[in-house]
Amino acid sequence: MSRHITVRIERCVGCHTCELACAIAHSKSQDIETMILQGENPGYRIHVETYGPRSIPISCQHCEEAACALACPTGAVKRLAKGKPVLVDDERCIGCSMCVQACPFGVIALRPDGKVAFKCDLCISRLAQGLDPACVSSCPTKALVLETDQTANRDKRKAAVQKLAEAQAAGAEEVETLSG
Amino acid sequence: MARELKYADKATQQMLKIAEQEHVPMIWDRYDAMQPQCGFGTLGLCCRHCSMGPCRIDPFGDGPKTGICGATADTIAARHLARMIAGGAAAHSDHGRDIAHTLHLIGENASSVYTVKSMDKLKEIAAIYGVKTEGKEPQQLAHDVAQEVLKDFGQQTGTVRMAETAPEARKKLWKEQRIFPRAVDREIVEIMHRTHIGVDAEYKNVIKQGLRASLGDGWGGSMIGTELSDVIFGLPNPLKTLANIGILKKDHVNLIVHGHEPTLSDIIAVISQEPELVEKAKAVGAKGIQLGGICCTANEIMMRHGIPLCGSYMQQELALMTGVVDMMVVDVQCIWPGLENTAKCFHTRLVTTSPKAKMPGFEHIEFEEERAAEIARNIIEEAINNYPNRKGRTTIPNVTQGAIAGFTTESVFRFLGGKYRSTFRPLNDAIIAGRIRGLAGVVGCSNPNMEFEEGHLTVVRELIKNDVLVASTGCNAITCAKHGLMTPEAAFKHAGKGLQEVCQAVGLPPVLHLGSCVDNSRILRVLTEVVKEGGLGEDISDLPAAGAAPEWMSEKAVSIGFYFVASGVYTIIGRPLPVVGAPALHKYLTEEIEEEVGGKWAFEMDPVEAAHMMLRHIDKKRKALKLKPMIYPQPFSESEEE
Repeated sequence: MSRHITVRIERCVGCHTCELACAIAHSKSQDIETMILQGENPGYRIHVETYGPRSIPISCQHCEEAACALACPTGAVKRLAKGKPVLVDDERCIGCSMCVQACPFGVIALRPDGKVAFKCDLCISRLAQGLDPACVSSCPTKALVLETDQTANRDKRKAAVQKLAEAQAAGAEEVETLSG
Repeated sequence: MARELKYADKATQQMLKIAEQEHVPMIWDRYDAMQPQCGFGTLGLCCRHCSMGPCRIDPFGDGPKTGICGATADTIAARHLARMIAGGAAAHSDHGRDIAHTLHLIGENASSVYTVKSMDKLKEIAAIYGVKTEGKEPQQLAHDVAQEVLKDFGQQTGTVRMAETAPEARKKLWKEQRIFPRAVDREIVEIMHRTHIGVDAEYKNVIKQGLRASLGDGWGGSMIGTELSDVIFGLPNPLKTLANIGILKKDHVNLIVHGHEPTLSDIIAVISQEPELVEKAKAVGAKGIQLGGICCTANEIMMRHGIPLCGSYMQQELALMTGVVDMMVVDVQCIWPGLENTAKCFHTRLVTTSPKAKMPGFEHIEFEEERAAEIARNIIEEAINNYPNRKGRTTIPNVTQGAIAGFTTESVFRFLGGKYRSTFRPLNDAIIAGRIRGLAGVVGCSNPNMEFEEGHLTVVRELIKNDVLVASTGCNAITCAKHGLMTPEAAFKHAGKGLQEVCQAVGLPPVLHLGSCVDNSRILRVLTEVVKEGGLGEDISDLPAAGAAPEWMSEKAVSIGFYFVASGVYTIIGRPLPVVGAPALHKYLTEEIEEEVGGKWAFEMDPVEAAHMMLRHIDKKRKALKLKPMIYPQPFSESEEE
């Protein structure tokens, strides 16, 4: 059962809070003021991009056939088990940027210190504590939601079915009115 | 949920537990729901001053490095900070203006319920403003002084005359630095102009104007508020009082006054004990009328009438959770609209009184000074009428604490020197001799972003342990009172030996309650008197003194901090000002500004370390003055390590 972060595009107001929350979650001090004062820059693993009037946060999709993992010459980028997120092993990574070039979404980069690749790790340490990823829990409009494929699809199907049912009821009513 | 508040007083802990059990959200719950808070705002990197924006600067340098207009992080943070000063200075000064208008009313209307209670103080103020006093009746003098004082707010030429009371060296420095305030309102207006899109973008220049506006607050609006309140409502004298929610009484009509200005609450305090009203309370089955204060209104009426302190800023909802508050009357500043949510769980009526502050779900009984007594009586009667409507659970925590409070520049004088030789000499001598290490003002709000009361209590205890005499105002004062630090006995329990001796000799508590947050001007006055007394340098910045607001939250606190810095005081706060994302501004405020005005900012979340930073500063000043070493060994001392 793989989990991913669903973006409810209509809710994003472009505040960039998820970016900061991501950086804080991946910092040593876990405090924005201390980070700035100590010059710590863990980088952003989620980015709010814009297209026309829309702003959309985008981060690693944790693809099943992950191009980054396939491109990695040292096996540093890999999925530990089925249904788990794609991660970068800092020890193995040589900073060659092959994954950066391979990623179709542009969501892997070299860390600000330039040594290794870094990307969304789905906040696995937070997940282990029963918390949502930092971007999800920080979003003030709840535009980001952590979902499993199953629940996400079921919710979508339910919404679609509801629409169908409503359309059918409205149609029947119309027929009734016409025949009456 | 389930906050422990391990540093808070017992009443707070008890009421919070009840709120939790009954699922009534309190300030801490709303704070938790707001997490995480926006990092751009925290760091000062968000600008909303024009509609090309909102703009935000990427603190890590990956994204935009300037706003759309090109303003840098330093410019944006400085502009925002200046507007915070404007907000704070406006709040204090508008309060001061209202008091000045009340004095004017006394001059206009002989039958006013307000009178001149302290003719001595009125004459002192008349002298500052060059108003002739000979042969004038109090009413005439009130009129003439009010006319002149009001000019300090809106005059188009000259400078704020109240600020002329500062030490000579300080005034010279302000003039050199071009930060001597010209008029209280003007400096606030000029901040708004300079921070408009495309005006002042040089961060130091923006802050200069902030300093000037803050001085217009501390040595202008606030000082006028304090001094004229003493004229109209009487000069406070040290008295015994009680503090905490336990002062409410189950069998009494409980009326809480909350906010800041004494104009209405003082009249309520006087009228509430009229036999006619007490009889009315008895007629509905109550034994009497219990008045209690919250926030700085509490400090104002406690100092002058001994009305007990029901609680500090953070306890406004908790007091309502008792279920016995028949009415809470509010005026201005620091009043949560969220009170409505708590009040509706009970019979409690919430009443706004100022045309400046109405709130959804509150009733509004508008206060007019001309009809003050009538309105006050009406309010009390409404509270009495609500007494029979009590329903459901009532819980009054059995927690109160005695305190000696109500010190002023004048009464500290008398305490120290005795009635017949009022002087600051004994205080200066005690500092020079090494009995008292220095002076500290510990003031300010509380904030749900910290452990409630840990900052206040730890800083104060650490300072008095090291023989520093602490002056306290606002919600720090209420906290210190609640926790028993404002009794003469507290000296024996918490103070160092040198401070103990001084407290014992003159009967002072080690922490002096100097009033409300507007009364921080009293601390400026005390420091001025100490300079004048001689032997400790020529200026406030020479004194072994420091200031702190460990749990600050309001714009008023920002303005207060700035006027202390501009007056030459090393000022430390817990959470940093929103400037951490602006490196040059941050360095300027915490380092370079000291060369210009003698005071500077420091930010420290650890309260013990904060107190030690203040002590280091005090020691630095003692050394510069070549004062004697401390008589008794100090728990915190770095000289041995050198």
